[in-house]
Amino acid sequence: MNQIAEATVNTHVHRDDVGAKIGMWLFLFTELILFGGMFLAYAVYRFTYRDFFALASKELDVFVGLINTLVLLTSSLTMAMSITALRKGDKKLSLFFLSTTIFFAFLFLVNKYFEWSAKFEHGLFPGSNELLSLPRGEIIYFGLYYVMTGLHALHVIIGIVILVFMFVFVLKDKVNQDYYIMLENSGLYWHLVDIIWIFLFPLFYLIH
Amino acid sequence: MEQKNAHNHIVGYGTYIFVWLSLVALTALTVTAASFDLGNFSIVVALAIASIKGLLVLLVFMHLKFDDRIFRIFVFVAFLTLTIFLILTFADYSFIR
Repeated sequence: MNQIAEATVNTHVHRDDVGAKIGMWLFLFTELILFGGMFLAYAVYRFTYRDFFALASKELDVFVGLINTLVLLTSSLTMAMSITALRKGDKKLSLFFLSTTIFFAFLFLVNKYFEWSAKFEHGLFPGSNELLSLPRGEIIYFGLYYVMTGLHALHVIIGIVILVFMFVFVLKDKVNQDYYIMLENSGLYWHLVDIIWIFLFPLFYLIH
Repeated sequence: MEQKNAHNHIVGYGTYIFVWLSLVALTALTVTAASFDLGNFSIVVALAIASIKGLLVLLVFMHLKFDDRIFRIFVFVAFLTLTIFLILTFADYSFIR
């Protein structure tokens, strides 16, 4: 009797893909509010210190920001294509696209590293004398810049960890053509990171 | 029925590449627009272009266009909430000064 019950339980796959996706979106909304609060602070301070924001943003290299924008946009493309490949049953191609996504994520961080290093060399880092000698508006600009792009970079790092796990899961067929919701949810997270950068780029790099 | 269809829909590579090209073109557009002095209007242009890009990512890369309608309603409500935050903050803020 017990054995029969067990067998029935084992053959019945208990899962709810739509539910899993709704759960992921709910999490993404908390992320949206987290960053949303910061964008709100940005909006109020930019409104108050317009000229200082414009002046301080001249310190940022538009080219580096542009390259990182293109890197993230492309990584979103390979992420989406990795899911399509898996669903079409092409595991190898899916793994290729996944590793490309991870590569672009690293590239983004390397860029970020050089960008921040250059700022640090100029003495522009949180709490530095150089920064604190600037007018209040510029201090706030750099404060927001470091907190918002820093938190975003942290999300990129978390994204890399998640994608590496997905790579292993696909490799071991734990995530496969029939069961791919985990990869899809990881993709949702990755695209959210992309969307946040889409807004960060013009707001910090492209101020007149 | 609708749910089943949505779940079975596989977005082709071509669609994704087309969206990616649009995103790259919009990025070029926003950088170009920033090189002109549009005064107060430049932030409006920058945010409008960023919103179109964000919408493209949400609809195609994040599958909102192909998923159940409930997901679109969810996301709409979330962004509506954020907009309300923004409006209320600025309504409050302009009275402080």
